Amino acid sequence: MSMVFEKPKALTSAPLHYCPGCTHGIIHRLVAEAMDSLDITGRTIGVASVGCSVFAYNYFNCDMVQAAHGRAPAVATGVKRADPSKIVFTYQGDGDLASIGTAETVHSAARGENITIIFVNNAIYGMTGGQMAPTSLPGQVTQTSPYGRDVNTVGYPVRICELLATLDGTGYVERVAVNNVKNVRSAKRAIEKAFRNQVEGKGFSLVEVISTCPTNWGKTPQDALKWVETDMIPYYPLGVYKDKYAKEAAK
Amino acid sequence: MSTTQVLIAGFGGQGILFAGKFLAYAGLLQGRNVSWLPSYGPEMRGGTANCSVILSDAQVGSPIVGRPDILIAMNLPSLDKYENEAPAGASIFVDSSLVSRRVRRQDVNAYYIPATQISNDQGYQTLANMILMGHVIAKTGVIPQDMIAPAMKKVVSARHAELLDKNIEAVQLGIDYKEE
Amino acid sequence: MAEKILMKGNEALAEAAIMAGCRHYFGYPITPQTEVAAYMSRRMPKIGGCFLQAESEIAAINMVIGAAAAGKRAMTSSSSPGISLKSEGISYMAGCDLPALIVNVQRGGPGLGGIQPSQSDYFQATRGGGHGDYHLLVLAPSSVQEMADLVFQGFDLAEKYRMPCMLLADGTMGQMMEPVELHERAGEAVQKPWALTGTEGKRRPNIINSLALEPAELEKWNEERFQRYDVVRQKEQMSESYRMEDAEICVVAFGIAARVSQNAVDAARAKGIKAGMIRPITLWPFPEKTLKSAAERCRSFISVELNMGQMIEDVRLSIECKRPVSLCCRTGGMIPSPDEVLSAIERAAEGGK
Repeated sequence: MSMVFEKPKALTSAPLHYCPGCTHGIIHRLVAEAMDSLDITGRTIGVASVGCSVFAYNYFNCDMVQAAHGRAPAVATGVKRADPSKIVFTYQGDGDLASIGTAETVHSAARGENITIIFVNNAIYGMTGGQMAPTSLPGQVTQTSPYGRDVNTVGYPVRICELLATLDGTGYVERVAVNNVKNVRSAKRAIEKAFRNQVEGKGFSLVEVISTCPTNWGKTPQDALKWVETDMIPYYPLGVYKDKYAKEAAK
Repeated sequence: MSTTQVLIAGFGGQGILFAGKFLAYAGLLQGRNVSWLPSYGPEMRGGTANCSVILSDAQVGSPIVGRPDILIAMNLPSLDKYENEAPAGASIFVDSSLVSRRVRRQDVNAYYIPATQISNDQGYQTLANMILMGHVIAKTGVIPQDMIAPAMKKVVSARHAELLDKNIEAVQLGIDYKEE
Repeated sequence: MAEKILMKGNEALAEAAIMAGCRHYFGYPITPQTEVAAYMSRRMPKIGGCFLQAESEIAAINMVIGAAAAGKRAMTSSSSPGISLKSEGISYMAGCDLPALIVNVQRGGPGLGGIQPSQSDYFQATRGGGHGDYHLLVLAPSSVQEMADLVFQGFDLAEKYRMPCMLLADGTMGQMMEPVELHERAGEAVQKPWALTGTEGKRRPNIINSLALEPAELEKWNEERFQRYDVVRQKEQMSESYRMEDAEICVVAFGIAARVSQNAVDAARAKGIKAGMIRPITLWPFPEKTLKSAAERCRSFISVELNMGQMIEDVRLSIECKRPVSLCCRTGGMIPSPDEVLSAIERAAEGGK
């Protein structure tokens, strides 16, 4: 009997702790597949952040360091500068990357650090129980926006890809989703590209993955996937926001 | 065991820290213990600046010169501020082209040299500090004269080697100056 | 013997760090320690090292965490307000058992405070500074030569005990020039099997982490760490005694306060008062053994500090309150004069406080 489906080697056998219907598991798998496909696990160092993915260090089969809330890009900078031959990635959520760690995100991009950032955007603080995130949609009900996000008092969501694309330092920025097979395939290609860029020394690469949080959104897993389609993606359009090298190749 | 505490004070930009470094190096080359402490902060950009230099045969304790044996006042505020801090018997040097008043104390040795004017008249612009230093060396013997050239070589950076002789000449002008 | 050269404290410590094998410096400008960053920015590119001016103190300390996690000798430097910002990272570093050197060239506080010398971060440094149960190794230089020497020792101790080490200096130490002799010195070769160097498919992944949601596990980590701290307390206390052989009045002072106090002790001796000084070189671990044995002979202690009285608590604890301890202090960037310290010695000698 031949094996037709197996766990990527870059994942450990630790069972994931994520809620049913949460797409972190899919994204972990895509990251691990990229590491397998590029055969870089043995020289990869991952930086886990604070949020639901805080335990990422238990799941990836490579050396890992756990960073303070928002600081993963700075820690990754230190690791990469210590040994540029290593492949360094961070795995961060929206509260971590787009709120408390905005400065670290923007400046690591501006410096063109040759690192890979996987940015998981589910428009909510999951780990702490569903508070309003920098990426929560206008009108979105959360524990700390019980009447819906009122843009007149708390302002608007932050679109990270659009923001980073304006910086000369960024190499590659793409937004993907994992709510259906087609999007998962596209996400797989983007994540692998973000790692390959680093292998090829192409500088700062960030892939934003629109993700789900059925538990804190108060939806079934199926409805959560639908909400990604009907509400999230219209506000956060998918696509490549910057690809410095594609542009240069096209010239 | 002797210790000499020197305070050089004036405006930022008068070469106060440089003059202090020259003095400290001369002491170091003699094998003495030395310390050099600048005032730092916004005053470096045009306000009052000062520099504490201690030359000692013993280990230097506090590097802060509170009671200068030698006070070099390169402007009026410095003389006003520090004249009364000097102990009896101290030597106070004044750039008389910038400070119009005399030293009021009777229990100190006061010396006056129009260092800034000499520097301008004789083509040693910006070296009034070294002219003053020469006068100090001549009157107090704080460092032996044979240390002038070796110490200057330590403090004039290689980038500005052409200024080495100029500085040494400026010190000599101060040594040779005769007060009226 | 290397030639003695005049160097600023900030530059001497920077060059010493390079000689100690540090090739990764991450910093952010702040007076009065900016010379360290400027020096590193000139030197590092020429020796294949990394100088990076971070976007904030917070980012700088996290970059140090990254480089230290990768097994490198890494450092940052700052001054008081910047150290507050770094405190989060320092706590993580302690929780992750990462060695690195953190330099604090102190200035007056609290808040933005001033830029003149101070020792008012004593509590912050010796009690940890950030959240959680932890200590740093805290070294207090009192000369430019020590600014350099303690950098070598700081890196070695940090790696030996897997603890962050803080060099606690002040604006005077950073800005003053004194003759200094620098020797290339290889650090003690410490193996770092825990470092993140990539598994190369040959070992299980190394994980550097301070998170333990199981309280029993976290308690165990903390207890293990404190066992290590106990060894440090036993073995690494450093101090210098000055004219203490027959001293009745003991001045305790570190850094610039010790330099000033040395003059005062000499002046007191000239007046026939048997004064001496203990100068802590390690502030954590505090030299409590030396203090405790001094309390057998000395009848009075004076803590001289550039703050409102912080180290005085450790003096009292060390001598178990057996003798009176008085405080001689200036704050806000002011430095006590030798005369002020002498007056305190005279008051103590007369039996008053």
